[in-house]
Amino acid sequence: MRFSGFKIISEALRGHKGWDATWRDASPKSRYDYIIIGGGGHGLATAYYLARRYGKAKIAVVEKGWLGGGNIGRNTTIIRSNYMLDGNEPFYELSLQLWEGLEQDLNYNAMVSQRGILNLFHSDAQRDAFIRRGNAMLLNGADADLLTTEQIKSRYPFLNTENARFPIKGGLAQHRGGTVRHDAVAWGYARAASRLGVDIIQNCEVTGIDIKKNKCVGVTTTRGPIKGGKIACCVAGSSSQVMAMAGMRLPIESHVLQAFVSEGLKPLIPGVITFGAGHFYCSQSDKGGLVFGGDIDGYNSYAQRGNLPVVEDVCEGGMAIFPNLGRLRLLRMWGGIMDMSMDGSPIIDKTSIENLYFNGGWCYGGFKATPASGLCYAHLLATDTPHETATAYRFDRFEKGLMIDEKGQGNQPNLH
Amino acid sequence: MKKGDGMIINHPLLGPRDAAEFTYLGDASLIDRPDGMTDDALQAFIDYAYLRDNVAGNHRELWFHEQGDRSWLVVTRHTVTHEIVNVELACDVARSRGRSK
Repeated sequence: MRFSGFKIISEALRGHKGWDATWRDASPKSRYDYIIIGGGGHGLATAYYLARRYGKAKIAVVEKGWLGGGNIGRNTTIIRSNYMLDGNEPFYELSLQLWEGLEQDLNYNAMVSQRGILNLFHSDAQRDAFIRRGNAMLLNGADADLLTTEQIKSRYPFLNTENARFPIKGGLAQHRGGTVRHDAVAWGYARAASRLGVDIIQNCEVTGIDIKKNKCVGVTTTRGPIKGGKIACCVAGSSSQVMAMAGMRLPIESHVLQAFVSEGLKPLIPGVITFGAGHFYCSQSDKGGLVFGGDIDGYNSYAQRGNLPVVEDVCEGGMAIFPNLGRLRLLRMWGGIMDMSMDGSPIIDKTSIENLYFNGGWCYGGFKATPASGLCYAHLLATDTPHETATAYRFDRFEKGLMIDEKGQGNQPNLH
Repeated sequence: MKKGDGMIINHPLLGPRDAAEFTYLGDASLIDRPDGMTDDALQAFIDYAYLRDNVAGNHRELWFHEQGDRSWLVVTRHTVTHEIVNVELACDVARSRGRSK
């Protein structure tokens, strides 16, 4: 069924009895050409582009829990392409372009809202660094706009520009950035993939990866064994656990990142705003709640919940630029598990085991990458060569010294 | 310590301390720096610097008491429940593995 204005009107006249399920809840067959482990945003996008752009069939997505129950539903929904390094920026710009056409491509309303993102800076040195990053963005075809304090004051009059310790000296804006309804991304990709014949198999946990003579031939699941031509791991957050079944150790630590939603307010914050002196980012959802977050807790965790010191730290960061948040109450807070990689950048690559592929290490930048991650992973699976925007996301970059370290922190995952 | 008590690290010298006083380095296997003179030293150092077990379960890890006595601790902590099951001085752990300091 194709969604359209005409369809809504005709269904309204017929009592809305003609809507069918958004995707088929498939049962596993004995063999597929492609088995994608993980039914999150990236896994579903991979299946969709594999079927749509590369014309592949016999694709399964196996998901441990329910579709979209992992990090695709636990993030702060921000999209942007404001990276600096060559290995990253073309990839994230591709992703932003795919976001711009996503709803027409999927025939699904994902509420893509290009309300803009503003990164504030608070010192001359930080301004220079942001100008450099903005230039790198422009060179890669992205948009970047340096705003003065006066421009920021007129657009965002509630910001505290006069803070004695961290005065706002200006900001780097990307007007094409914004937010997307994150659950709808999973649902939209699932629906579009399912319509192309992809089997989406929920409640199907992979419990073993079958390897014969260094060649991956299938997976063992809680719903029986499934044979596969190519097996694609796509489970960021749990990557080390799944790849351990294949005997691999990864350049990744799992960390918990907390996110927060306040009680609902009338429209206050028009786009996404980040505080440059601490680590705080904030937007306002269409329901009115302020959605915000900050640093990871900083220790290895699979708990999907964090501790109070980081809650305090994030709220202090918020108060520093938005003093008017002081009397606001938190409505919800939660944690998601991040694949924190050794250089802060992801991996989309073959593994040392034939027919076993890996996509992970997204740190806390995975949501915005969803479309490009799916497209590049599908390209790798279909052609066995990396997509032109993802050539740097290799396993061997660590031993070769080709790290993509945006923050320059070295091999310390909790600092990226 | 019981499950759900928040993270209190029972320092061997100073008693129970809030985890917020500490900074976190990572897997305690970082104590076992490879021998740089062996034939397979390059691969050993790549593994040492970049690869981690990243277990979901009891994890031995290095914490530094930055806001306290500046000692390094080896904390054994469950990464799913955050329960801390053991705390040792890192120097004791290193010496027990044959290190001189």
